[in-house]
Amino acid sequence: MTVFGVAGEDRHEYTKEESRQVRRRSRVLLVDLVRPHIPRVVATIVMVVLGTGAAVLGPAIIAFGIDHALPAVLNGADWMPLWGAVIVYVLAAAVAAVLMYAYTVNTARVSQAVLFSLRRRLFDHAQRLSMEFHEQYTSGRLVARQTSDLESIRDLLDQGLNELTRGVLFMAFTLGAMLLLDPISGLVLVSALVPATLLTIWFYKKSTSLFRETRTTSARMIQYFVETMTGIRAVQAFRNEPVNEKEFGKRVEDYRDANMRTIQIFGIYEPGIVAIGAISVATVVIVGGFRVVGGDLAVGVLLAAMLYARQFFQPIQGIGMFFNGYQSAAAALEKISGVLEERPTVEEPEKPARLRRLRGSIDFKNVRFAYNEDKVVLPDFSLEVPAGQTIALVGTTGAGKSTLAKLVSRFYDPTSGAVKLDGVDLREISNDDLREAIVMVTQEAYLFSGTVGENIALGRPDATTDEIVDAAKAVGAHDFITALPDGYDTDVNKRGGRVSAGQRQLVSFARAFLADPAVLILDEATASLDIPSERLVQEALQTLLADRTAIIIAHRLSTVAIADRVLVMEHGRIIEDGSPDELVAQGGKYASLYRAWQDSLV
Amino acid sequence: MSSTTPQTPQKRGILKSLGLIYEYIRPVMPRMIIGALSALGATIVALVIPVVMRALVDGPLMNNDPSEVWPFGLLILGLGLAEAGCILLRRFMVTQPSTAIEATMRNSLYAKLQRLPVAFHDRWQSGQLLSRAVQDLGRLRRFLAFGAIMFLVNMLTIVIGIGVLIYWSPLLGAVFVLVNAPILWITFKFERKYWGAARLSLDQTGDLATTVEQSVHGIRVLKAFGRGPHALEGFTKQATDLRHTEIRKAQLDATLWAWLTFIPLTSYAVCLFLGVWLVSIDALTVGQLAAFFATAVVLTFPIESIGFLYAFAIEAANASVRFREVMDGVETIRDPEEPKTIEHPRGRLEFRDVHFRYQDARPEERDLVNGATLAIEPGETMALIGITGSGKTTLTAFPTRLYDVTEGQVLLDGVDVRDLQLTELRTRIAMAFEDATLFSRSVRENVLLGASSDSEALVDRSLAIAQAGFVRDLPNSLETEIGEEGLSLSGGQRQRLALARAVAAEPDVLVLDDPLSALDVETEALVEEALRSVLASTTALIVAHRPSTVQLADRVALMRDGKIDDVGTHSELLARNEHYRYVISSLEEEERNRKAIR
Repeated sequence: MTVFGVAGEDRHEYTKEESRQVRRRSRVLLVDLVRPHIPRVVATIVMVVLGTGAAVLGPAIIAFGIDHALPAVLNGADWMPLWGAVIVYVLAAAVAAVLMYAYTVNTARVSQAVLFSLRRRLFDHAQRLSMEFHEQYTSGRLVARQTSDLESIRDLLDQGLNELTRGVLFMAFTLGAMLLLDPISGLVLVSALVPATLLTIWFYKKSTSLFRETRTTSARMIQYFVETMTGIRAVQAFRNEPVNEKEFGKRVEDYRDANMRTIQIFGIYEPGIVAIGAISVATVVIVGGFRVVGGDLAVGVLLAAMLYARQFFQPIQGIGMFFNGYQSAAAALEKISGVLEERPTVEEPEKPARLRRLRGSIDFKNVRFAYNEDKVVLPDFSLEVPAGQTIALVGTTGAGKSTLAKLVSRFYDPTSGAVKLDGVDLREISNDDLREAIVMVTQEAYLFSGTVGENIALGRPDATTDEIVDAAKAVGAHDFITALPDGYDTDVNKRGGRVSAGQRQLVSFARAFLADPAVLILDEATASLDIPSERLVQEALQTLLADRTAIIIAHRLSTVAIADRVLVMEHGRIIEDGSPDELVAQGGKYASLYRAWQDSLV
Repeated sequence: MSSTTPQTPQKRGILKSLGLIYEYIRPVMPRMIIGALSALGATIVALVIPVVMRALVDGPLMNNDPSEVWPFGLLILGLGLAEAGCILLRRFMVTQPSTAIEATMRNSLYAKLQRLPVAFHDRWQSGQLLSRAVQDLGRLRRFLAFGAIMFLVNMLTIVIGIGVLIYWSPLLGAVFVLVNAPILWITFKFERKYWGAARLSLDQTGDLATTVEQSVHGIRVLKAFGRGPHALEGFTKQATDLRHTEIRKAQLDATLWAWLTFIPLTSYAVCLFLGVWLVSIDALTVGQLAAFFATAVVLTFPIESIGFLYAFAIEAANASVRFREVMDGVETIRDPEEPKTIEHPRGRLEFRDVHFRYQDARPEERDLVNGATLAIEPGETMALIGITGSGKTTLTAFPTRLYDVTEGQVLLDGVDVRDLQLTELRTRIAMAFEDATLFSRSVRENVLLGASSDSEALVDRSLAIAQAGFVRDLPNSLETEIGEEGLSLSGGQRQRLALARAVAAEPDVLVLDDPLSALDVETEALVEEALRSVLASTTALIVAHRPSTVQLADRVALMRDGKIDDVGTHSELLARNEHYRYVISSLEEEERNRKAIR
């Protein structure tokens, strides 16, 4: 078993080595995220220190007022010390308030900057990861990473620094003062740190796997939620609500259970720390009390020592809270850093080759492609497609047609051999160049929320409105779009709710038209079109494809007919290759398909 | 890309907003109250401990009396442990009910969402639903378990503290209250501003989730066009907006906190001056003045804490408002009050002058389905043909009531579908959708989604009819988990599984929305052949584009502009309806005709 990347994400019990490994990578990520903001973090800490100082000053001023300013007034009617105390107090209040403001805003700035960069990194990285990753990782999990995991980190960033700085500061000051005042009481406090540390280690160990469990269970819950909402039609049509309610309820309960255990473990840790504090305060009192009675200690010193001892343990709760937040955030960072650790199997070249004068010839050189040892899709495939040629791939499901399309569009890389564009291996072409040169339109025409126009513009984001309209006209989408309530500005809303599948395909054709690539791949891109629309699209295709390379995968032979060349595939090999007319004349597989199709026609 | 929240939020008070979820809090109120009392106990004990210390110092130690050291020491120990005990008790009392509230609300929200009609889901983006179900409820839980209790305890401490201050010196106490009074006004102003910002932040968080989800669902398109950077740009913009909102919130917070720091400290300064003056004119003793400040200082933290607790409360209030917005969604499609049953199920499906328009359609728009009338006899297979946008898919959503007609009625065996219980209706009618939705479950579970038995024979038969035997080659055969995007199944494979699912439901009526569009010609022919056996005994409405699918049907209905234009056999329509010829005749056919004419 491994914990590299997202592997082992669903487990929460790791071996020591694994635990170290995931902790390390999340620490590295955290440091990396915070590093650019170190000046600001330092400034914030200074503010907290100063602010705490100003706040601590208050009681001292009151003491001064009562011990010195009051006698001055009483004895000599000298009001100056009192005025001084009051003015200093108000000034201190103002300074504390300003620092409070600055500190709060600064913390938010750091926290938001870190979250912002983490969100972007995750989003960008997810976009770069290959299809192979997405086919297994589901959107729900990525959403979980981006939402509830980030929330945990946010809690730490917002609260943690304050709690920690203030707490440590307070404890250090108090301990220092105590040691100066009465070393013996000071030693009592120091020795209390031993059980406190032991308790903290216990909490750390226990909570690590529990917090992991909260992340895992919350992701599972979110994933289920997202899927239900995405597939709500099927859920309702097949009366799956009760089953779902049970299953979702189970996941909610799992999450609640994990969550509750983290709260409970903190619920033991926190009062535990308070109890340790109570014992040491009592020890200070008893030891000090006897020393006072024995004449070894002044009464005033003991009073001060007792109050200090009490004060010493107050911030420890805050530090505990910080620790709790840290554990929760660390578990979230483990998951996020796992996603970020995943490497795209389809990698961008470090030194991309320059494409000179794009022509669009495609060349398969001894390509082998296998998902795994048992599942070889293309054993040894070679094919040359000259620039400008339109080829059609025909063959049954599993013959390897879609794989071919995915290789050309570089959704996957070949296991061995090479696919070349104008003689350059696709793996050596930068992503930007590649996507500009080669575009694929698939059967699943996804619309993003936004307007119809924006969706077409996805083909070329800098296109003008006129260009968008022209593209839509070219593929015959203009009419239905203008019939929509707001024309091109109509919001397609969730998953294209109000646009039919055929219309979605037209929009995605318009996208491709607008993108104007040198190589166009159509993978079942007309499947949902009605015949009149298909007819329009085909007319558009004839002009669109005239001067570019095209690979068409279509089950309908009507689409195949516009190809210059037809390849019939079977088990990853080409069994027939020629122009449509030639193949019909040859009387092979294509000819029989053609006849069957002719018979099916009206 | 852009996004919206359907409802414009209206502002109400914090208590009123939290009252919206009172029904969930009520059952656990006793435990919450005990929790709050424990918290109060801890606070009181914390206040008593210094008093005991002082008593020890002022009493026995002054008199050098060693016999009292142990009792006092143990008393302090006892109080300290009692404080720890109170904290433990509070956690114990509150953890269970607060997480229970969160879980119950989450489950209710989920159940509600499952009951809400598809039209609701069309309007609401999934990220908005998710952020309500997860983040909002998490915040609410933390507020109930911690924020609300601290709020109560601290307010109580402040009130008691002020009482004590007035006891020490009515004048000083009154001045203390007076100088601190502006806090009320400042918090009031804060609430007004913070309310909107808090709401905006929650909404923007939901939008961000939507974008993430879409970027994964649409990953193929983004990759095919190399638009990852473009999507990132849009995402960055949204994330920037959220970041600004959060910083705006922090600024509001910070302003409040600054005042909450400044005003009490200033009030101490004023009281110090006044107190010294009072002592100087013998209106107050030094001891009283010292005692006054000893109490006043204790109030510093509770007053300061109002700041973040108040912000916390506003967020929680917004979370409950957002929760309510969904819970108040009208279940337009639900079981009838007096359900009818079908005595003799035969499977006759009839559309009677059916109309449909979206709620937000403009007055001048014509109805999407505009008076469609069609009857499908028991056992009959009806193909539904029409150009894109003619209303076919919309029509298929009525029998199972994914949408309800806005006028007219749909009858199953003579009973209006709205008079049947949803479970009964949806047991009798099964659907296969154009875009096959598969869930992250095993192949078997996906196929048996709507089936009444889980017999092996049923699975086998359904898979055989849909020509979905390929699943047996998957790594774990039928037990293979497929992802929401159907692992790496092709479109045709997913469609066949969806078809198998519809067949496995063994309904009286099958409604298939272009179920074979992604199949290759040979597989299509095999599926059609196999389907015939099912269709012989089952009523079916099949949306089709291809002549080959039409040939499965006994009769064909032609849809045009939201109406059923013509019904008849394929050859009848071909002969008499020109629009039908336009819709169904292929390019090749046209070519041939053209050649023939020449």
